[in-house]
This record gives sequence, C-alpha cells and structure tokens, in this order.
Amino acid sequence: MTFVKALRCRECGQEYETTAKYVCEFCFGPLEIVYDYDRIKLNLTHEIIQKRSLDIWRYRELLPVEGEEYISLQEGFTSLIRANRLGKALGIKNLYLKNDCENPTHSFKDRVVSVAATKSKELGFTTLACASTGNLGNAVSAYGARAGMQVYVFIPSNLEKGKIVGSLVYDPHLIGVEGNYDEVNRLCSEIAGKYKWAFVNINVRPYYAEGSKTLAFEIIEQLGWKIPDQVVIPVASGSLLTKVWKGTKEFIKVNLAENHPMKVFAAQAQGCSPVTTAFLSKTDTFRPVKPNTIAKSLAIGNPADGYYALKAISESGGGAEMATDQEIIEGIKLLAKTEGVFTETAGGVTIACLQKLLKAGKLNPDLTTVALITGTGLKTQEVLFDSLKPISIIQANLESFESKKLASIENY
Amino acid sequence: MSVKILIPTPLRKLTNNLSEVYGEGKTIIELVNNLEGQYPGLKERLCDENNKIRRFVNIYVNEEDVRFLQSEGTSLKDNDLVSIVPAIAGGI
Ligand SMILES: Cc1ncc(COP(=O)(O)O)c(C=O)c1O
Ligand SMILES: [Zn+2]
Repeated sequence: MTFVKALRCRECGQEYETTAKYVCEFCFGPLEIVYDYDRIKLNLTHEIIQKRSLDIWRYRELLPVEGEEYISLQEGFTSLIRANRLGKALGIKNLYLKNDCENPTHSFKDRVVSVAATKSKELGFTTLACASTGNLGNAVSAYGARAGMQVYVFIPSNLEKGKIVGSLVYDPHLIGVEGNYDEVNRLCSEIAGKYKWAFVNINVRPYYAEGSKTLAFEIIEQLGWKIPDQVVIPVASGSLLTKVWKGTKEFIKVNLAENHPMKVFAAQAQGCSPVTTAFLSKTDTFRPVKPNTIAKSLAIGNPADGYYALKAISESGGGAEMATDQEIIEGIKLLAKTEGVFTETAGGVTIACLQKLLKAGKLNPDLTTVALITGTGLKTQEVLFDSLKPISIIQANLESFESKKLASIENY
Repeated sequence: MSVKILIPTPLRKLTNNLSEVYGEGKTIIELVNNLEGQYPGLKERLCDENNKIRRFVNIYVNEEDVRFLQSEGTSLKDNDLVSIVPAIAGGI
C-alpha cells in the first residue's frame, strides 16, 4: 500500500506521475513527493511504529515506495546519545548526539540510498549510479551490491583513501573525475540525460532525498515523541537540512508529534560555505564557490538545495555558522575525547559550529539541542595525522615501562 | 560564431527531442535569443523577464559555470561548448 499521490513542483505546483523525473518541465523547479496525509493520519500510530523493526522502514508510510521489497541493510534507528561531558565542555545542558556513524556504511547516506535503491528497482532500473563526495558512493556501492544491480560511482579523483576503499570493496565501476564535486556533478547530469540509469541524486532525487526525513522521525521518537528545540546540521547540498525540517513538519501534520518550535542551524566549512554566507548576508541568491577545505564530504560549492535550506533556516528562526580547518580538527578531537565518538570531518564541522553558535549566543544553552554526527572518522583519518600525539614505544619489560613514567602514581 | 549546446532532458520537448543543438551569439544572452528563434519557448524557460538566468538553471561554457564568468554577458567564441543543467540535480 502506498500513500504517495504524485510528484509536485515546489515552485509552480504542476503535478506529475511518480516516475524518474526530478525537475519541472515548465519552470525547472524541483519535484517533491506529495503524500495523502489524511489517510496516513488514520493509519499510522506510535504503537504501530513501535512494533516494527528498528530501521528506517518503520516509517514506511512516509517514504515514497510502492511495495514492501525493501533494499535494506537495517539502516537507521541509530543511537541518540545524551552528551553530558561534551555539554559540560561547551556549556550547554541538554545536548544530544544523533550518531549516524552506526549505519551499515557508516554515514547517514544509507538512509537515502536504501530508499533510492528500493524505488529504482520498482521503476525497473538495473543500474544504480551517483555523483558523490565519498559517503554516497560507499552507500550506493553497498546497496547496489545488495540489490544485484550494476553500479557506477563518480567521485572527485582526490578523495580520502578510506572513502575510495569503502566503495571499491563492493566492486562498483568507480570513476575518479579530475575536478571538484561540482564538476563531477555537471558531468553526471549530462550522462544522466543520455543513459537509462538510476542516478540516485539526479533523476531519482525526489525519492532519494526523502530518506533523510527519517533522521527527524527517529530523533523525535527517541525523545519520547517530542520535537527538540534546536538542531545543528552539517550542510553540503542542503538536502539533509531541508528534509529534517520537512520530516519534523510531517510528524506534526500526521499527529505523531505535538507542534513545537524547532530552530534549525546549518554548519559549514569556512572553505566552502555558500549557504552560511548567503544566510549571513541576508540574500537568497547564491554565489557558487570553489571549495577549499579538509571537509571534503561537504565540499559542494553550488548547492542544489541551498535555496530551500536557507528558507528552512529562516522559517525556523535558526542560524548558520562556519568552521576553519583547524576548528574542524579540534571539533573531531573534542567529541572523541569527551564522548567516545569518532566522527569524520563533517561531524567536526558540526561540533565546531555548535561551539561557535553557543559562544555567539545564537544557540540557547538551556534548551534541548541535537547535533547530527553524520559519518565516521575512520574514513577521514589522514586529517588527524599531524595533530595527534605520537604513541609511546617501549621494550617488553617493566623497567622500560616505568622509566617512561607512563602510569600515574595514584593508580598503583 | 557557432557553438554547440547540450540540452537537458526537461527541455528536449522544445528542441524536437535533440540533446545537442547549434546556435550563434557573441554572448550567452545573444545565444539564448538566437535559440529562441530556432526553438520558440526556450528562452522563457532559461531567463526571467529581466533577461537574467533563472534560479534553477545552471549554464556552463566549456565546463565553467557562467556565474564565475560574466553570467548572461559571458562572451562566446567559435566552437565553445555550452551546457544547460537543471540546478536541482545532484548534491550529496
Ligand atoms: C557525512 C556527511 N554529512 C553531511 C552531508 C551533507 O548532506 P547534504 O548534501 O544533504 O547537505 C554529507 C554529504 O555528502 C556527508 O557526507
Ligand atoms: Zn514548476
């Protein structure tokens, strides 16, 4: 059973059938899924959701697929961790981390790709493809393997080793393009116009992007069906932020959560901050930028959903911040040291921006705040090589150990 | 001044299903006007009333986003390759 009614243009309202179409033929606006919220309201309750498996498909009525043959690796329902020690370090009381490192390929991209792969199969595609800054490529490679589809992944050729191996192991066609992500993306749009492939973030984009709503659904469920006061979200294309906002509003619409104001904050790297820059200069016309940052997963200089991310930030009364490479590294280390969570550069951006937003008084330290940790640090280890202390090497005897004064006295 | 233009799927209804067309013009805006003569209706999809490129349209000349150049005023020379891409594509 499906509750999807149509695809509708966000700009002019023109409706289309639910095929692999992603942009309005009349105004070039993006197409979005329209659901029958009235029927969902009658069919979906807390009790029904709570009886289901602990993955994104527990919210299936609000996801855009027809059947029940999900291409799934049990993505989602990741931990929402109370972060008291990090909170103390930053001076904030009710801080939570949504730990999406726990996903099958260790980033939130498994959510969107599970939906995209499932829908692509329903639409009859046999090839799954994407343009990626790394994490998406890993997820498409894994889910494509799981679905038995051919896989093509296009990445900037200078990505981190962990992100290359993290795709290659699933045996996709991995193509490193000489250029930045925006160039990879333009090429892929041209390829998508020529080949009959399901490009998850191009022609299947309206379906794929819906997967990110499950982050909002889970956070609300894990807080006891309560909407948090503030969320901090790392931004590249702006899709994740836009959908966390949309998912929250949908839960209110179908009576799964009570209406409650939630401020949405965008976190970007200073070396690639088109959304934050546009927000701070109060404009909605984007200047694309050429990225230069260690946060390669967020290095999109021409964000497809930037305009809508800005709208969501403004509508929610939230804000935007940016972090330097050094602050990103410090953010990664602070999170690991205080909470035992090892995040990639995108999470470093989130923590650094959380800290700066608190300092600037833009985040209220007394309110319930959730920071999205969207990917694992094991994929971007190289950024830390120069900023961690060296290991202590000793001989295998007590004397050598004690001569280095490695143990503190009170532990005898 | 003849250049090749790559046409994205959503516009091919206006170009008799051609994915590549040819046009003339010394600048992007001249080229758009020239294309409008060949394929009526195209200009309205690409530009607003003030002859500015629409928010959801990206135009590239030889792989460079024209917003890094002179936008609508970006000059063209023989054999340039122009690519039109919906802005909403991609990301992540
Ligand atoms: C780990 C991580 N976090 C956040 C993002 C940002 O997502 P979006 O492009 O939807 O803004 C990405 C995108 O690649 C990512 O890899
Ligand atoms: Zn439209």
